[in-house]
Amino acid sequence: MLAKRVSLRIFLRAAIACLALGTSSLFAGVDVVDFSDESLRPRYQQLVEELRCPKCQNQNLADSNSAISQDLRRQVQQLLEKGLSDDEIKAYLTSRYSDFILYRPDVNKNTWALWGAPVVLLLLGLFLLRRMSSKKSQPIVPTVTSNERDQERLRKLLGDDKGDVQQ
Amino acid sequence: MNRLTLFIPLLVCLALGAFLYSSLDSDPQELPSALIGKPFPEFSLPDLNDAERQRNPSDFRGDDGKGRVVLVNVWATWCYACRIEHHFLNILAEQGVAIVGLNYKDDRAMAQDWLTNRGDPYLFSIFDAEGTLGIDLGVYGAPETYLLDAEGVIRHRRVGVVDQRVWDEEFHALYQQLTDDADAR
Repeated sequence: MLAKRVSLRIFLRAAIACLALGTSSLFAGVDVVDFSDESLRPRYQQLVEELRCPKCQNQNLADSNSAISQDLRRQVQQLLEKGLSDDEIKAYLTSRYSDFILYRPDVNKNTWALWGAPVVLLLLGLFLLRRMSSKKSQPIVPTVTSNERDQERLRKLLGDDKGDVQQ
Repeated sequence: MNRLTLFIPLLVCLALGAFLYSSLDSDPQELPSALIGKPFPEFSLPDLNDAERQRNPSDFRGDDGKGRVVLVNVWATWCYACRIEHHFLNILAEQGVAIVGLNYKDDRAMAQDWLTNRGDPYLFSIFDAEGTLGIDLGVYGAPETYLLDAEGVIRHRRVGVVDQRVWDEEFHALYQQLTDDADAR
């Protein structure tokens, strides 16, 4: 019993150590950044996470270790130190690297489809859902056989004891 | 009418298929250049061969002070594709095309050796050790090549190697037209 508890504890410690190692390797690519004013740091974090690495396909500046990302991170840091606003920094980079560099591009003639599509699809989905559910809730109207001879045949098939089919 | 609505999913699938098929040809690595139609960014950087000498956009003009059509080629010794490209740049230079080198984030001595060993197709090379002009140009790799008209406005950009095929397809006609325009002035 005691041995079991000890081994469990060892297992837990090992698991925690693994998790800690795992997370530290996640941040290994990000260099140490010094700011004259610590209040710039959260803005820096936000920016490098929202800006896309131009060389890589699906990484932001924060995650990428490529040379261009390192340069651009340094550039963002310098621009922050110069006192530029977030929007000014984004404008600075889009004027050089185009909208490609923004993970959250502004709505303009190139991006309206990108921003509009989810809304349109949601509305379409709601519309279809409504149509389908309203169809289902309609009572099923039994078809009444009008022909007297058919009625007679039916009665015979079912047997008289089943009662009158006609409603 | 109801019968026709049954075909809607098929039509949607066909449209989606056509869209996706046409997208197969587009290269996701290719960035739209933000600088086409804009003047080459201002800079003042040392010459590769002469650290004392500062280069700036006015050096793109010819000796007579008149504007001319130039290619600006971003290169570095660490860039493997530049090796492949270099031979064709030598050929272009022999044909009289004015090429300016932008030596990007490189080691000065190694870059000088490179030009001694492989031939120097450049009028001069700008030495951009920190990559500052690179950022102003929106460079994200090497090689990259920019075609500037006689006014110093960027007219075309190629990311990747320029070889005979690329030159014929993307550059030659535009280069000829811009040169004719410059001569006509």
